[in-house]
Amino acid sequence: MNKLIFGLLLTLAPAVAMSSAALHLDSANIDLSDKASLQNGAKYYFNYCAGCHSLQYMRYNRMAQGLGLTEQEVMDNLMFVPSKIGEPIVNAMDKQASAGWFGVTPPDLSLITRAKKNGSDWLYTYLRSFYTDPSRPLGVNNIVFPDVGMPHVLWELQGLQEAKFDVVTDEHGHEHKTFAGFALVKPGKLSVDQYDAAMRDLVAFLTYVGEPGQLERQRLGIYVLLFLAVFFVIAYLLKKEYWKDVH
Amino acid sequence: MSKLANFVGWIDDRFPLTKVWNEHLAQYYAPKNFNFWYYFGSLAILMLVNQIVTGIWLTMNYKPDAELAFASVEYIMRDVDWGWVLRYMHSTGASFFFIVVYLHMFRGLMYGSFQKPRELLWIIGMLIYLALMAEAFMGYLLPWGQMSFWGAQVIISLFGAIPVVGDDLALWIRGDYVISDATLNRFFAFHVIALPLVLAALVFVHIVALHKVGSNNPDGVEIKKGPKGNRWSDKAPADGIPFHPYYTVKDIVGVVAFLAVFSVVIFFLPEFGGWFLEPDNFIPANPLKTPEHIVPLWYFTPFYAILRAVPDKFLGVVAMFAAIAMLFILPWLDRSGVKSIRYKGLIYKIALAVFVVSFIMLGFFGTQPATPTYTMFARIFSVLYFLFFLLMPIYTKMDKTKPVPERVTK
Repeated sequence: MNKLIFGLLLTLAPAVAMSSAALHLDSANIDLSDKASLQNGAKYYFNYCAGCHSLQYMRYNRMAQGLGLTEQEVMDNLMFVPSKIGEPIVNAMDKQASAGWFGVTPPDLSLITRAKKNGSDWLYTYLRSFYTDPSRPLGVNNIVFPDVGMPHVLWELQGLQEAKFDVVTDEHGHEHKTFAGFALVKPGKLSVDQYDAAMRDLVAFLTYVGEPGQLERQRLGIYVLLFLAVFFVIAYLLKKEYWKDVH
Repeated sequence: MSKLANFVGWIDDRFPLTKVWNEHLAQYYAPKNFNFWYYFGSLAILMLVNQIVTGIWLTMNYKPDAELAFASVEYIMRDVDWGWVLRYMHSTGASFFFIVVYLHMFRGLMYGSFQKPRELLWIIGMLIYLALMAEAFMGYLLPWGQMSFWGAQVIISLFGAIPVVGDDLALWIRGDYVISDATLNRFFAFHVIALPLVLAALVFVHIVALHKVGSNNPDGVEIKKGPKGNRWSDKAPADGIPFHPYYTVKDIVGVVAFLAVFSVVIFFLPEFGGWFLEPDNFIPANPLKTPEHIVPLWYFTPFYAILRAVPDKFLGVVAMFAAIAMLFILPWLDRSGVKSIRYKGLIYKIALAVFVVSFIMLGFFGTQPATPTYTMFARIFSVLYFLFFLLMPIYTKMDKTKPVPERVTK
């Protein structure tokens, strides 16, 4: 019987192999327990993103708690619109007007890292994949999100980069453009490494916002499993005791 | 002690408490040779209770309103004390309920638990499965994410493929021309009260039927037909042991082991790589924007793959329902006269293996975009799925079975 089950599992192996990877994403490699990283990410978020993108499911005071800041520190440094500390993080942007400016209303980002497969890696790669493209209305395009409506708001930090493409002609004579890498054409305020680190912190912050309780969830999970392990031993011994006279 | 005995006696004069306890637990004799596969019945009840209890508390903060539903789920996740545990227990519980039920059904296929005299028991079980699918489908709309909305849109539009009445039927189910607030409200009503009542009633009837015919076992031997007399009673089957305390203490071990696996998912992998909570469902429902590819949750995908494998939409719907109907008539398809796979011949073993592989592969193809290669594979596995049932009367008769022992083995 066990051989049969093992054989069945083996026949399923092709299914796993067939689910192919599409676009290559760089690993964000974030550390949610690093409060300094989350605070730095929050700084970038409120300075560069919050004007257009709300975090409507996140409250300022919950964020203060998660970032290890006092409520006063949050009000003084991160609250740029008139709001109360217990209120959600929203902005003053007119939804209809912004749809006219960008072609789409800038989405709320409370759940952005959960709305994509490997969302944190996706976001990290996305934030580093803007390139100049004169054919686009705002002069930039993105490898991860083609024809994105968002301008490259972080260009003064990253600078501007061009994308290089390899053009391959297949046997049918069709041309395929494959992305081959970026070339920095105008340096920004930050070096490449500094910019990557800043984006890592920003992604860490948004990953935290996606589920503020996730560290607590994992911490509790350990205790739940430890309890169940002890319970299992007791339950197993109880069963053995009862069953020793069943033959 | 005598005070307690007096109290029980007082109740027994007015309600058959001791009688029910004895008939269904302390003097219900189950075969002593249950193996690993016999945990999943009690685990299915555990999951039903889990879904009902967490569901009640979720309902206290959930808002069945197209404007508020998505935000209320995030409110539960963030602002309600312990809301995230309840929500993850419920969302993970839905998938685990299906895992447990599929393993429970597979157990029946392996040990012939659908054969005489358990045909009705099996059919009641299949009705539970149907009710569970309806329950899960309607529950999946409630978070009001993109996949909730578009999944429901696609599945309900299938009813539109039925000739003549189809469009009116789909309209009647939705209560609107598209999935809307009206649909959400009625699905909520069905999900939180109508179908749970049906499920609870069917589970009760399932257990009543089980205790009438007695449990099957991995040997497929009818212990009631074997010799009589064990340590507890002269009239009870010799190979039976009282369900309580023997199987209650054994099932506790199973429950704890199961809860450990369940907790790993709840606390460490709640989305389970997008299989239990899909990324698209973290985006609020938007009737104007169709997701790139719409897939139902994993537990429906085998049937979804069969639906898509048929080129004609209406015939696809027919094939999908026929795939489920096959399971209902199973008791009359198996002609082998031997219940357990232990004593069936090689043909049934191969047929069952092919069926399991087909079911899982269909489940996989149902989650993938319908490329020509995948569609071809889905067609092959759909045919194999149906052949398992349709050829069963023939191959189970041809199959060389082994002699079944008189008594259960170790």
